[in-house]
Amino acid sequence: MQKTSANALIPTSHLLGSGTATCSGCGALADIRLFYEILGEKTIFVNAAGCMTLLTVYPFTPFRGSWIYTAMASAPAGAQGVRDALDLLLAKGRLGKEEDLQVVVLTGDGSAYGMGLSSTSGAMERGLDFIYICYDNEGYGNTGHQFSAATPHGASTATSRGMTGFPGYKKDLFSIWAAHNPTYLATVSGADPLDMVRKIKKAKDLRGPRMFIALAPCPTGWHFDASQTVKIGKLAVQTGIWPLKEYVNGKVEHTRIVTKKRPVDEYLKMQGRFSHLFEPRRNEKVLDEIQTRVNDYWKNVEEGE
Amino acid sequence: MRQLLTGNGAAAWGMRLAGAEYVPAFPITPQTEIIETISGWISSGELDARMVTMDSEHSMLTAAGTAAATGVRVFTATSSQGLLYAMEMLYTVAGWRAPFVLVNVSRALSSPITLEPDHNDVLAARDSGFLQIHCSTCQEVVDSLLLAYRLGEDERVRLPVIVNLDGYYLSFTREPVILPGEDVVSRFLPPYDPEETQFRAKDPLSQGVAVLGGSHYSYFRYETHYASQNGLSVFAEIGREFGDLTGRFYSLLEEYRTDDAEIVFFMIGSFATKAKEAVNRLRDAGQKVGLLRPRLLRPFPEHAIAAALRGVKGVAVVDQNISFGKGGILFAELASALYHIKERPLALVSFIGGLGGRDISNAEFYEMARVTAEAAQSGKIPPPRLLYTKEELARIQGLKAIASAGLHKEQ
Repeated sequence: MQKTSANALIPTSHLLGSGTATCSGCGALADIRLFYEILGEKTIFVNAAGCMTLLTVYPFTPFRGSWIYTAMASAPAGAQGVRDALDLLLAKGRLGKEEDLQVVVLTGDGSAYGMGLSSTSGAMERGLDFIYICYDNEGYGNTGHQFSAATPHGASTATSRGMTGFPGYKKDLFSIWAAHNPTYLATVSGADPLDMVRKIKKAKDLRGPRMFIALAPCPTGWHFDASQTVKIGKLAVQTGIWPLKEYVNGKVEHTRIVTKKRPVDEYLKMQGRFSHLFEPRRNEKVLDEIQTRVNDYWKNVEEGE
Repeated sequence: MRQLLTGNGAAAWGMRLAGAEYVPAFPITPQTEIIETISGWISSGELDARMVTMDSEHSMLTAAGTAAATGVRVFTATSSQGLLYAMEMLYTVAGWRAPFVLVNVSRALSSPITLEPDHNDVLAARDSGFLQIHCSTCQEVVDSLLLAYRLGEDERVRLPVIVNLDGYYLSFTREPVILPGEDVVSRFLPPYDPEETQFRAKDPLSQGVAVLGGSHYSYFRYETHYASQNGLSVFAEIGREFGDLTGRFYSLLEEYRTDDAEIVFFMIGSFATKAKEAVNRLRDAGQKVGLLRPRLLRPFPEHAIAAALRGVKGVAVVDQNISFGKGGILFAELASALYHIKERPLALVSFIGGLGGRDISNAEFYEMARVTAEAAQSGKIPPPRLLYTKEELARIQGLKAIASAGLHKEQ
């Protein structure tokens, strides 16, 4: 068997151009970069309103393939129109097979967890052949990071600045999407590129709805130094806060079981959005609750698998 | 081929004859018969098209826009609340410059919620970039579908087009309709050529991209404005060509008995056929009355309208819509078109009627003609009049008494 190093598995062709308008240290851009390496330029990205809208600003684009910006609520519906039109053109011989495109929806969590749920549900229910990337930076990022339905409990955001932070709990989008029984569904993190690459490659060759929720650490919204994006992404997995998992054939499987999980404190402490839980004094109640919820989650996983 | 068709049936036939390949859909009263008819044809194998029921009109318009931008001929249809729910995407997809046709079956807007027609729904789309063709008969619906595709797809225009027909009065009224034959259609409407507006692996394209700064933004908005205005001459051209092929000529305006008219009704949609009946009766009584009905509302044929009204003394503008706090929308549009014309009519009188399907009776048309003639003669222009009879007012007061009867008992 040929030996392959980890680095060799991660493509580094830099297919996505540089010089985009994203913030430095943007976790979402790192995620998209890796997706693009594997999905390639025979793609059309159907974008919803969000941070990544500004990837393509007239007359420049970092994409070698196609792109269309729709609106916040309806990128999956846009994907439906493109896919159906391509299929019609292929069937009628007006488009050669080599001209076909992989249709990729790109939205943030604001769209995916909220306004876009209806159109996403519709696309999955119709078995639309597409890939959906949700870059989850856990807030309405490009408007200044107000809380969204993806914001974790206790996080301080532009609209939850009180001493207890965001009172709600991160919506379980994975389960909501899984209930639609899509062809493929996975959580990924750009800080775990091997796991991510394997999942994207797997999804690439399947047909039907292939859904991704990608953790996107956000220096400007989560308040950490841009150099720490990867470290925070790793800690999200190592603490058990961001489970890496996939859903295939009606079954959820965790692709990375961390046997010795780090305490959630380590992850939370690095981010200004949680600093009120540590300063001026530790908020034991909220920190305990966050740790307990993570513990309970993994206890369920262990009992279930 | 001549057959009895409802307005909705005519719209479905127009889509079928035009060879639309893709139909994103979402049901709403009174549009449903259109998508039911198309769905029936597809399942029976009579029609080779793909219809997809989306989760909302917002999604429906998005899919219509992206499919058109991918290079297929697209048809879709909605009404009222559906049009408003889709409104964000109307404005958005128009900027993609990928033409398709949207049929709107006009229905009044909530609230109060109702099913019957007026034009506040379609007029809310007035500034979206969609061109608007307004129909008054079922024949015109079929023909307008073909005209709409030809118009929107013209390289001088490249914009989506709304074809509007009134709910109930036209959507559910059967009229004899001549369906253009395939020979006519193939000569009039060539297959859709998306030109460079399509997504293909070898020619990557970015659509709907962001701009930074007002200068770039203005450039694209002005381009759309010019393209829309080009629609006037293109429509005039293709309306003649359509006439040469079918004997049914379509100009920007329908001018009915306006030649020597002193008083003219100005209105759009199916209620204009009611006005025609009133015009005939008034003519029988020796009055010089006519009707002017723009077929195109966007682009607005203001020069043609000004020319058609030359020598007319008074215009009764009948608005089947209401802009709260201002009045009739057509009235304002017409006034702006005539302001700089030296020989403009002496009196423009604003009437609002037909809201939510309320009828406009012959007696009311006679009264509007009388009031307008009087205004033209005296130079005293009456304030906008909201059509409502004493009997209606008495009826609603009776209903209010019933509605509040229980309340009074408890007190």
